[in-house]
Amino acid sequence: MSDPPAIQFRQVTKYFKKESVLSTGLKNLLLHLPYHLKEVKRSRYFCAIDDVSFTIAKGESVGVIGRNGSGKTTALGLIAGVLRPNKGSIEVNGHVCPLLELGAGFRQELSGAENIFLNGVLLGMTRRQVREKFAEIAEFSELGEFLESPIRTYSSGMMARLGFSIAVHLNPEILLVDEVLAVGDIDFQGKCMKKMNAFRKQGITIVFVSHNLQAVTTLCDRAIWLQDGRVCAVGNAASVCEQYRVRPANPPQGS
Amino acid sequence: MNSASAQRKRTLEYYRDLVLSLLSAELKVRYRNTVLGYAWSVLHPLMFTLVFLFAFKVIVKVPIENYTLFLVAGMFPWQAIQNSVCTSTGAFLGNSSLIKRVYFPRHLLVVVGVLNDLTHYVLSMPIILLVMALYGIAPTYDFLWVLPLLLITQFFITLGLSLVVATCNLFFRDIERLVGIFMMLWFYVTPILFKEDWVPSYLQWMNYANPMAALEISWRHLFMGLPVDPYGLMAAAAWAPLMLLAGYGLYRRLNWRFAELV
Repeated sequence: MSDPPAIQFRQVTKYFKKESVLSTGLKNLLLHLPYHLKEVKRSRYFCAIDDVSFTIAKGESVGVIGRNGSGKTTALGLIAGVLRPNKGSIEVNGHVCPLLELGAGFRQELSGAENIFLNGVLLGMTRRQVREKFAEIAEFSELGEFLESPIRTYSSGMMARLGFSIAVHLNPEILLVDEVLAVGDIDFQGKCMKKMNAFRKQGITIVFVSHNLQAVTTLCDRAIWLQDGRVCAVGNAASVCEQYRVRPANPPQGS
Repeated sequence: MNSASAQRKRTLEYYRDLVLSLLSAELKVRYRNTVLGYAWSVLHPLMFTLVFLFAFKVIVKVPIENYTLFLVAGMFPWQAIQNSVCTSTGAFLGNSSLIKRVYFPRHLLVVVGVLNDLTHYVLSMPIILLVMALYGIAPTYDFLWVLPLLLITQFFITLGLSLVVATCNLFFRDIERLVGIFMMLWFYVTPILFKEDWVPSYLQWMNYANPMAALEISWRHLFMGLPVDPYGLMAAAAWAPLMLLAGYGLYRRLNWRFAELV
């Protein structure tokens, strides 16, 4: 273990303002100024990530599970560096590549091929690098001649294919996957899983957020179970998933 | 040392590619699926020119020679500035899904918006030259250096203002509505419809304290074949770095919070 870890959270806390006074508009702010001044002082925060520590080694693939609103997406935001922690420190070693939600950064009027270039560059490649990979991306997406049609004519499954095909050809060192595979058809999902397994063999670090426990168990070495912003359990993927499955349903909020 | 400079080179290459990709996407989107295409970027300022021509030349009969050229020379650059500033409110909000997930130099989104309108402005210049020709005014040699200088100056001033607007709009969504009104008011206090020397002497300082006035005066002198107004040009050139610094400074201070706000 002389290698530095891929991702290390040290007592990370991230809170959001429940409702920012400022985002409700100037008029509101001015009309209720005395009230808001008091409110700002004792601002009510809500803790999305609460004193979380964990380490993900290079080449590990780790699943993150937990109910909606448990802080999974915030954790990914912190890893990607778009959010800053309020307390604690985060160390990330390697080029992080997030798999974007459906259609993020796509321009509806442009063709699939044009969007490959735009998205690739937005995700950190130079145009030259995209050009070198273009044929591979196009082939992986299996979109064929649809690549010449504007994205607005695509189905959501086709869009997911395109997005995934771009992301997996970016040479990520750390791949963040946030529940995006659910939309593709079974065949494409299988292909994606195969690709991610190949990544695993290449020693690429994967952080996989999913509600699909089956997928987490097959794809991940370890799993982190988050609940209300805290780490509930960490360990072997299969056993954490099992604990999560049989968890007492005491916070009655469905699943 | 060597790897650091390689890294710098790669970063510069990346910034360039990001700007070019976003810009070409904007331009393609703008010109595809519209019947009139190019005409749109020209039609807007031309229609305003017609309306002002009617109001101020036909009705009010302002004593300004070549008033059509006078208006065109002011309306075209103003349109580019106003468009950039007004659309910049959506530069970050419109890309929220990206900003929330990926870290990339987000200010380039605003840079691209400004470059987009500036490109249309440059593409619409033949129309201005055409109106000049109709009045028998030939471009002077000043074009060679004043034109690029003014383009750069306008780019920086617009970018600075747009960065402020785009950033502030994340904190106060009202800005979106205010900025349209604000730009309209700014239009009327800037010497676009009237001559700058009509401004009473005790208000003359406004021609230089207002960066838009300095820009507009310089553009108009250029397109009307008049000698360069050195003070206007200097004022515009002095405003450029100030506005850019203000905009970029504000962005730098606040951009770490963007993902929480969009």
